[in-house]
Amino acid sequence: MSKIIINRRGLLKAGAVGGLALSTPMHFIRGAYAADQSCNMPTGANVVFGFNVPQSGPYADEGADELRAYQLAVKHLNGEGDGGALKTFSSKALKGNGVLGKKVTFVTGDTQTKSDAARDAAKRMIEKEKAIMITGGSSSGVAVAVQSLCQDMGIIYMCALTHSNDTTGKDRKRYGFRHFFNAYMSGVALGPVLAEAYGKDRKAYHLTADYTWGWTQEESMKKSTEAQGWTTVNAVRTPLGAGDFSQYLTPVLNSGADVLILNHYGKDMVNSLTQAVQFGMRQKQVNGKNFEIVVPLFSELMAQGAGDAIKGIYGTANWDWKLDNAGTKAFVQSFGKEFGAPPSQAAQTAYAQAILYADACERAGTFFAPAVIKALEGFEFDGLGNGKTVYRAEDHQCFKDVLVVQGKEKPKDKYDLLEVKKIVPAKDVTYDSKPWGGDLGPYDAKTCG
Amino acid sequence: MDAIILQILNGLDKGGAYALIALGLTLVFGTLGVVNFAHGALFMLGAFCAVTFNKLLTLEKVTVDPTQMTAWGSPMEVKTPVVEAWLGEFGKVLVNYSVPVSIIVAIPVMLILGIIMERGLIRHFYKRPHADQILVTFGLAIVIQEIIKHFYGANPIPQAAPAAFAGTAQVGMLLGLGDAIPYPWWRLIYLFFSLAIIGLVFAFLQFTTYGMVVRAGMRDRETVGLLGIDIERRFTVVFGIAAVVAGMAGVMYTPILPPDYHMGMDFLVLSFVVVVVGGMGSLGGAVAAGFLLGILQSFASMNEIKSIIPGIDQIIIYLVAVVILLTMPRGLMGRKGVMED
Amino acid sequence: MFGNLSRNDWVLFLGFSAVVLLAPILFQPIGAAYPAILQKFCIFGLFAIGFNILFGLTGYLSFGHAAFLGVGSYAAVWSFKLFTMNVIPAMIMSVAFAGIFAFVIGFVSLRRSGIYFSILTLAFAQMSYNMAYSVLTPLTNGETGLQLSLKDPRIIDAMFITPGAGLPRSNIFGIEVSGGGMPGFYFTAVMLIIGFYLSMRIFRSPFGLMLKAIKSNQNRMRYTGFNTRPYLMAAFVISGLYAGLAGSLMASVDPLAGAERMQWTASGEVVLMTILGGVGTLVGPVIGAAVIKYFENIFSAFNENALNNIFSFIPDAVREPIVKLLSLFVGEGWSLTLGLVFMAIVIFLPGGIMEGVRLLTSLFKKGGNGNKPAVSGHTQPAE
Repeated sequence: MSKIIINRRGLLKAGAVGGLALSTPMHFIRGAYAADQSCNMPTGANVVFGFNVPQSGPYADEGADELRAYQLAVKHLNGEGDGGALKTFSSKALKGNGVLGKKVTFVTGDTQTKSDAARDAAKRMIEKEKAIMITGGSSSGVAVAVQSLCQDMGIIYMCALTHSNDTTGKDRKRYGFRHFFNAYMSGVALGPVLAEAYGKDRKAYHLTADYTWGWTQEESMKKSTEAQGWTTVNAVRTPLGAGDFSQYLTPVLNSGADVLILNHYGKDMVNSLTQAVQFGMRQKQVNGKNFEIVVPLFSELMAQGAGDAIKGIYGTANWDWKLDNAGTKAFVQSFGKEFGAPPSQAAQTAYAQAILYADACERAGTFFAPAVIKALEGFEFDGLGNGKTVYRAEDHQCFKDVLVVQGKEKPKDKYDLLEVKKIVPAKDVTYDSKPWGGDLGPYDAKTCG
Repeated sequence: MDAIILQILNGLDKGGAYALIALGLTLVFGTLGVVNFAHGALFMLGAFCAVTFNKLLTLEKVTVDPTQMTAWGSPMEVKTPVVEAWLGEFGKVLVNYSVPVSIIVAIPVMLILGIIMERGLIRHFYKRPHADQILVTFGLAIVIQEIIKHFYGANPIPQAAPAAFAGTAQVGMLLGLGDAIPYPWWRLIYLFFSLAIIGLVFAFLQFTTYGMVVRAGMRDRETVGLLGIDIERRFTVVFGIAAVVAGMAGVMYTPILPPDYHMGMDFLVLSFVVVVVGGMGSLGGAVAAGFLLGILQSFASMNEIKSIIPGIDQIIIYLVAVVILLTMPRGLMGRKGVMED
Repeated sequence: MFGNLSRNDWVLFLGFSAVVLLAPILFQPIGAAYPAILQKFCIFGLFAIGFNILFGLTGYLSFGHAAFLGVGSYAAVWSFKLFTMNVIPAMIMSVAFAGIFAFVIGFVSLRRSGIYFSILTLAFAQMSYNMAYSVLTPLTNGETGLQLSLKDPRIIDAMFITPGAGLPRSNIFGIEVSGGGMPGFYFTAVMLIIGFYLSMRIFRSPFGLMLKAIKSNQNRMRYTGFNTRPYLMAAFVISGLYAGLAGSLMASVDPLAGAERMQWTASGEVVLMTILGGVGTLVGPVIGAAVIKYFENIFSAFNENALNNIFSFIPDAVREPIVKLLSLFVGEGWSLTLGLVFMAIVIFLPGGIMEGVRLLTSLFKKGGNGNKPAVSGHTQPAE
């Protein structure tokens, strides 16, 4: 048995000659250039961003909107168009001449909302097209999977739409950053508003998508509503993509519950909400109170899919285009001019992430990943539409205001479906990251195999 | 007690839907011997007949109002519904009833699509191995899906049931059991609709000479051909009927499940399981299997049962399929020798 | 039980090996020479080869083979987590678990034939998928997939190595397999070549002949007093082992295992790969796998931006409509093109892509032996 020695990036087995021969050069390269070389650092006049969004599958429309936002961000970074939220962004490092003087170009990939496909697409962009960073995604499964890949390859991943606690909780990664809010924040923000609107003496029945995101959402909703004095009658898990949820809705009818909380997302949420309304749950009276339905997280596109059923439903959002602040106005103005429709919250988080990465490079003065990461960690900024925001260093989660929204009764058009009911300040949704477990891992630059 | 009745009702409702969706598949499967992976796409096309019809009815005239501005500083567009403006009250009623009315549109559209599909593609695959049928119909399904996605996007498009049927019926009252058993009107209508369609297809095959010839052709195509009967043309009609049945199932399902381009794929596996559990070549089997699976699924989802066997509702359909196929070699009512090799 | 290979077979084998090993150079012009996609070609090629041993030889169409791939992946990642980052134990564990799984499912499913068999395998795979996604989350980590973590024990590694910072990479005695890079590709390529060689031996062996006989007429075999079940079982388990091996390779080059690998769409994909390439041919399934993965990864990458760059030599007025039209078929339209390819191949080349190869070769041989199948191992597609 030979003894094995390990260096920082992998294994080196003294006994295996082949292994030694292959690993040694890397080892020396590392030693020589470790100070300023990380994977895919641009050498020419351009720098490549990788946009990994769902282009097929149920979230294709969401992905298309993200892609629009990314293209707009690239334009603004390169000094084309009206500059958008760069004008209102608190950091003035970006000058509209690309990033560090290099013109920003981009490549795209289709995640198909599947972990394997998303990782394949990300690898293509990294290995073939030499992308310096990856951003995008519209589900937590994909975000966590791509994030761990990027950690392994030494490429920074700026998550777009992912709401699970795990992304910056137990699965947090040094190379992954999330601007979007999470299930815990939704619960904390929503609880008091629900108690105010529906009273403190309520019995809630949860229907929960039976996978990680659903569970964390259910847990945080339970916690925050029970803190307001509500009781939880039952929490039932439903299979992903069930299509017809009627068999789970019938037991709700006579359960004694007077609130139904749907911890579903995407198509599942559209279907379960439509069907719950069909079962007369909006007209129902239980315990002398009006029966209510709550959907902790929904987006504009889901509201469109649910149609009339969304009216009056409470939920939370990361951002809304009708917010009254300078960053939002600048972004909506330039997005609307470009594409003739207001941006969705997925688009906004995508736009912000691309800008934030570029800005961090500019402030760090290099594309060297560990330096960029350090520039992002603990970064405080304003003017991108969410008010004062901080990228917390311990878990790479953004802390900013959370919106409580309600489906509008009389929308003017299909973009006017949500009404912002309350802006919950960032300090109310801030939590301690330690109990969530997880380990960011090392800064450790990689040199692309 | 109320809970049990609700669950039975729900099982029947689901079963009706499963049976209706599987009906067209079993027709094509059992009579033409074609493994049609595009069946789900036909179901989806039916649903989009309803969507398109509704879109036409709610077509809007766009005028620009320079006095109002959007958030990004361009003049606001004001939309006025065209059909309602022309037809007034009647237009409103038409829009309200767009889902059931669009069946009238869906029947000829689906018939034509079915006939084109059969004439142009499927008929060349009757004698080809099942592997080829799978590949070509799967390819076709993807193509149809992508075309729909190109025009309608990937997001679900909600379709409302007529306002009069949007609420719930007090089924308990009708049965004299109190008011604890409300059930959505539209789901009840769907149940009766599927029973009616199933009955019609049965009657067609059982009591008409046309149906008799088709049934004979299923058993022994060559002999029927020798009798001088043009069995090919009859098969075209059968495929057309299957398409229409799938399409109508899709139209009527839209208020329950906001349609999107992918809904066909979502139902494909389920409908195959229903057909095979019912037994190849047996319409009755498929219907029985639909109701059986619907009711069992509904009961398996009850909290009392889930607490005993966690996750049973996730797998019940497949578990039942395994048990039935192992205890009954050809499903519930399958005929010997059909698709067994 | 292995028969001798003919000279033609050796030529085919050497040619195949050469193409696989030279892929990083040969695939340069079509933009598929980066490690990740080459690895996927090899892994899915191996998966399809294994599937073809069952489907191509016996005609039994399994619609649940992805379950074995998934089990193999999970087993491999668990081996990485518990024991060592070396891929050899992971591969052994994957193959063993997939084999046991295949034995159990095969034992039950092979009691039926035809479509009934297909649905039984489908049912088992779907049950595995649904359970892995939800109830079995402690074992599979559900939605986010099973991953390595800094807290993993890795007991064997821990005995010999002081762990470095960050997650280790999988390796084969010091050579890194995961983390991108060509060593990972050559590792999968060698496994593909070994898998191909074994499948060739099986095709040419008396055992393979027996399977073909079962396919052409099982009843006749039974009437002669022959028990076909053990042969079918063997074929089923062998193809399950291949799937398990493919699963372990997937986990080796990229240590993550997700439940969606077991979904029916994944099972359907390998069916499509095999049919597209040519059922019952030796090379066909690998080609089919490569074509589908190529579309998924490369065609989906062309956005309008990229198209504009490609056609930048054409004047704007002409370019715009061309780009508009083409963008329907690439980028987010890649699945449309794939669907059209499926239809075109099956309509014009009833035996899959290998049929086209056969037609071409017989053309070159001046039609003299155009009626004879030029590609060895070509059989009638299965029913």
